[in-house]
Amino acid sequence: MTLPPFEQVLAAHGAEVHRYLVAGVGPIDADDCFQEVMVAALRAYPGLRDDNLRGWLFRVAYTKAIDAHRGRARRPVPVDEPEPHLAPVAGPEPGADDELWLAVRDLPPMQRAAVLHRFLHDLPYRDIGAVLGCSEAAARQNVRVGLASLRRRVATPEQETA
Amino acid sequence: MNATTDDLEARLRGGPSSTGTGAGEALERFRHRATDEDLVDVAYATMDSPVGELVVAATPTGVVSLAWDDAMLELVAAKVSPRILELPARVDEARRQLDEYFAGTRTRFEVAVDLSLSNGFRREVLRTLSTGVAYGQVVTYGELAERVGNPKASRAVGSAMASNPIPIIVPCHRVVRSGGALGNYSGRDGIVTKRFLLDLEAGSPPLSG
Repeated sequence: MTLPPFEQVLAAHGAEVHRYLVAGVGPIDADDCFQEVMVAALRAYPGLRDDNLRGWLFRVAYTKAIDAHRGRARRPVPVDEPEPHLAPVAGPEPGADDELWLAVRDLPPMQRAAVLHRFLHDLPYRDIGAVLGCSEAAARQNVRVGLASLRRRVATPEQETA
Repeated sequence: MNATTDDLEARLRGGPSSTGTGAGEALERFRHRATDEDLVDVAYATMDSPVGELVVAATPTGVVSLAWDDAMLELVAAKVSPRILELPARVDEARRQLDEYFAGTRTRFEVAVDLSLSNGFRREVLRTLSTGVAYGQVVTYGELAERVGNPKASRAVGSAMASNPIPIIVPCHRVVRSGGALGNYSGRDGIVTKRFLLDLEAGSPPLSG
């Protein structure tokens, strides 16, 4: 197979990988994680034997997102300072978006990735399975369980304590 | 319940409202990081010129290709390395010398070239051409064949010119037919560009006074 110049891979998928990481690891960590993804990808690129470049890139992103979550778990979190990028903005439901995406970031890695590929990227389950290295059925199950978990946390947060 | 589900899915589809610093800045940081970690085998940039927009690409060895569109980069990816990024700073010196050449103030290129895209006889011909035929001079295909020690190979010399990966810097425009005809040119606008380059080299300096 012939690999296109890496610049073409960046042009075709750079922005969507970045967006995926903003959704999956948060706006603060997305930048550093993006560097890790692309450096690892560029390092491995000449030896690549996979003509689904997009799927391969998102597999790298999946692994590096897990690393980013581990890194954050080890870091002390400044409780009193909200993440600057998540400062409330004028809108009908200030903060509602933040709550959803914080909940997404709390999902187990497979569920998180499956939910993002299903909705953010509108991928069919077969393709999600291909990216995550699991069966179509397992991809569907991860999306279902992840969504149920999000629904519990986001849709009716008050009822948990009632 | 359904309404809530649909709403949740719609919000997931919409993505987070915050984008962090944005993909553009992250991409710029990545270019620096890739350079620092020595992961870029070929750097390139485009430049304007009187003969059209040019794409200049270089390996750490030297300029590896000069072309009128970036389709050439796919050949570089296949034959040299696909670790190719647009990094203008890495080809600044070559672009500066090309600007000077087109301005008439430079008669000799002093950048290293990397002839990885050619091999065997063709590489030998290009090497001889780049050192042996000075600014403002021309040779015939047959004379160049003679200089590489194979006087009957003028057709092979022609195909070496046609596949020259670094036109202008390796001056294939200085190779013409015996009898005064210009012969072919594989750059954009073919013979028009060849004529332009030969006129540039024959003419009085455009920047007079």
